[in-house]
Amino acid sequence: MKEKIYAIELNNITKTFGEVVANKDVCLNVCHGEILAILGENGSGKTTLMNMLSGIYHPDSGEIQINGQPVTINAPKDAIDLKIGMIHQHFKLVDVLSAADNIIMGRHQKSKKTRKSKLPSELSALCESFGFDINLSKKIYEMSVSEKQTVEILKVLYQGADILILDEPTAVLTPQETKKLFAILKNMKQSGAAIVIITHKLGEVMEISDRVTVLRKGESIATVETAETTPKQLTELMVGRPVSLEIERPGVEQEKNMFEVHRLSVKNNDGVYALKDVSFSLNGGEILGVAGVAGSGQKELCETIAGLLPAEKGAVLYHEENILGKTPAEIINLGISMSFIPEDRLGMGLVSSMDITDNMLLKSYKNGKSPFVNHKPARELAQSLVEKLEIVTPSIKTPVRYLSGGNVQKVLLGREIESNPNLLITAYPVRGLDINSSYKIYDLLNEQKKKGVAILFIGEDLDVMLGLCDRVLVLCHGEITGIVDAKTTTKEEIGLLMTGETKTQQEEDAE
Amino acid sequence: MIANGTRTHEPLVRIAKRRERSRAELILLRAAAFLLAIVAGGAFIALLGHSPIEVYAEIFKGAFAGNKRDPLSAVKQTLVFFVPLIVTSLGLSLAFRMKFWNIGGEGQIIMGGIFATIFALYSTDNPGAIPSFILLPLMFVAGALGGGLMALLPAIFKIKFGTNETLFTLMLNYIALYFLKYLVSGPWQRTPGFASIGNFDKSARMWEIGGFHASLLVAAALVIFVHFYIKKSKQGYEISVVGESQPTARYAGMNVGKIILRTMFLSGAICGMVGMIKVSSTYTLTEGITGGVGFTGITVAWLSQFNALGMVLVSLLFAILQKGSSVMQTSLGLSADASNVLQGIILFSFLGTEFFTRYKFVFKKNNSKEKE
Repeated sequence: MKEKIYAIELNNITKTFGEVVANKDVCLNVCHGEILAILGENGSGKTTLMNMLSGIYHPDSGEIQINGQPVTINAPKDAIDLKIGMIHQHFKLVDVLSAADNIIMGRHQKSKKTRKSKLPSELSALCESFGFDINLSKKIYEMSVSEKQTVEILKVLYQGADILILDEPTAVLTPQETKKLFAILKNMKQSGAAIVIITHKLGEVMEISDRVTVLRKGESIATVETAETTPKQLTELMVGRPVSLEIERPGVEQEKNMFEVHRLSVKNNDGVYALKDVSFSLNGGEILGVAGVAGSGQKELCETIAGLLPAEKGAVLYHEENILGKTPAEIINLGISMSFIPEDRLGMGLVSSMDITDNMLLKSYKNGKSPFVNHKPARELAQSLVEKLEIVTPSIKTPVRYLSGGNVQKVLLGREIESNPNLLITAYPVRGLDINSSYKIYDLLNEQKKKGVAILFIGEDLDVMLGLCDRVLVLCHGEITGIVDAKTTTKEEIGLLMTGETKTQQEEDAE
Repeated sequence: MIANGTRTHEPLVRIAKRRERSRAELILLRAAAFLLAIVAGGAFIALLGHSPIEVYAEIFKGAFAGNKRDPLSAVKQTLVFFVPLIVTSLGLSLAFRMKFWNIGGEGQIIMGGIFATIFALYSTDNPGAIPSFILLPLMFVAGALGGGLMALLPAIFKIKFGTNETLFTLMLNYIALYFLKYLVSGPWQRTPGFASIGNFDKSARMWEIGGFHASLLVAAALVIFVHFYIKKSKQGYEISVVGESQPTARYAGMNVGKIILRTMFLSGAICGMVGMIKVSSTYTLTEGITGGVGFTGITVAWLSQFNALGMVLVSLLFAILQKGSSVMQTSLGLSADASNVLQGIILFSFLGTEFFTRYKFVFKKNNSKEKE
């Protein structure tokens, strides 16, 4: 093996941020014509590692070899010169320009003429050879997420990259779009590109990769041939011990239509309809999942119910009382709890500079008549949550911004659950959590469900939603494309609904 | 071959994030910053051709050593600088905690002074009409009201129209100042040809307790009030949450607009009290009423990280510098402006050390992988 020249070879890469060790002695390699998956839970150092390859960070120690040559990558430009192309989770495109303009942007041009005449033909040749199906003159802001991703990939290919790194490329894609992407990646592999795909989804690893390198807590634990492994083995490598992947779905006596949303339309801050004519009902003791590509109106749905966003029309009935127009404080007092875990985790549920105790007070500080805040019950609550949910923190006096993402989420969700809600809205509660913590959260939700609480679960992982929820509602561009029974539906069906095909259309197609 | 062409070298020094420092470390760091400022200031004085030790000793003496007739005279003078500064910074810190950049301390002080002067002038024109024990509290309330209303204006515009409070409050300073100029050389003018409204009646003069102005007690009470208001009260909690994130505050069911209005009123009211303290201690209202504390107070509030007790220390330090260096001019012939330079140096070194609370330098290691 030693004589083989790898496209990328990392030897003992270590990177620390302050006291936090993001990567420790990481070794991995990938050849041309191969797809390597880097698998690891959030916080295991995958993105840091790839950022070092693209010149955003610099390793503290260790060696990077590209095509057999040791290199130092100081800036993204160095990476481009080394033919490394990185596709980030968040696209870096100029909205008002066309796809072609975005692709050629930043390239040295010998004369201004080339821009208009020669490039598009080169580009369309590129598209053809890899099987991209895209209109190059379309403006970015008119594009779907998947099209934008295609532009990003084309951009790095056009820059001459033959080493491609994709950071969680499927997070924003529907199952169908994922299939398309994988077909393209396979084409690229055939033509000799080296591809690294970062992910935490086991199914995708099994489907696309040739080899898998598993990271755990910043260390490269193992590299295995995909053909010789199983999802179960990979999970064990990732978590460090055997885990069960079964999610419990207790059957509960349900209180019918405790909560109803009737023909709700909401405009977002830009004045665009984020929800259109949305109607559904939710029973007590039921978990209703909300699926959809990111940005399909999930956030607006949560915020409208919590009283943070005014509705254009429609009604939100809670025990047959319309709560639209009530203030957030009144809605909280009704026992409606909303916890939205945004991408940056802290978002609006917690105050990052405050400690756990003060965060416990966020919705209850007004209790009592005294002008002073009563810290005692909050301290006790904080202490009991830390013990019950195994929150890792130096003390309850530590500001929450120093806690890791998973622990922050436990603090938020713990507080919401301790407020004994009747309706619990939770968006992305396991976002970025390790497997163990995720299951802890599912247990907490099920516990609430058994108490008869109505739960609206906005999620991203379809496998989880199929296992945990009773019914799944699918949103696409702010409209409900279907509400399906989680016990009988399939991922593919939900995937189709996510792309905007309604149920009736599907039936017609089937005929 | 690709690699050779693009070979780059690792930079010599990089900046890296470090873990959070403990409280003790932070205090040590600040102490080091202070020491650094003293040394740098000393170098500056030496450059001007004076002995730093002599100058520092002179400043200290000037701030504390009184004359034979009244051994406390210098201390009293220092406190005259101290009280307006601490009260102003307390007021401003409330708004700053909410991340509402109230740069309008000057204007709020002026407006407080004007409101208080209305009653003082009435009493001067009608001596004995209002007894002192009613008049002074009345002036105090009027001063607070004047400053509070002045601060409410940018808050209302911020909530309704999203105006920039920094510019708004800054501009209001000038409006207040020119309004004051109009008053003292117009309707309130007492000495023709001079922009002066004359001296207040005795009933409108700040009480003295054992030679010290009673305003010192007001300042002490306000320090305690602001400390507990911020740390323990429900309203203080709301200020912290709004300052951190308005969406979070709304999510928690807080009425963000109301909180901003209330806090800005309070912030302005405390600054307005400074105006009242100033006019009742100098027995008159002049263009120079603020002495610039509306701006110096910003520095003090930031240097003490909006901590009420920290503001006491920093205000005291600034007052000592200011009083001490006024003596320096007569005894050493060193311009009093030198004290402003010293204040600037202190500010610089404190803000400079802030960098080290969050970052560290990483130097290129010798064992870097430079082969060939």
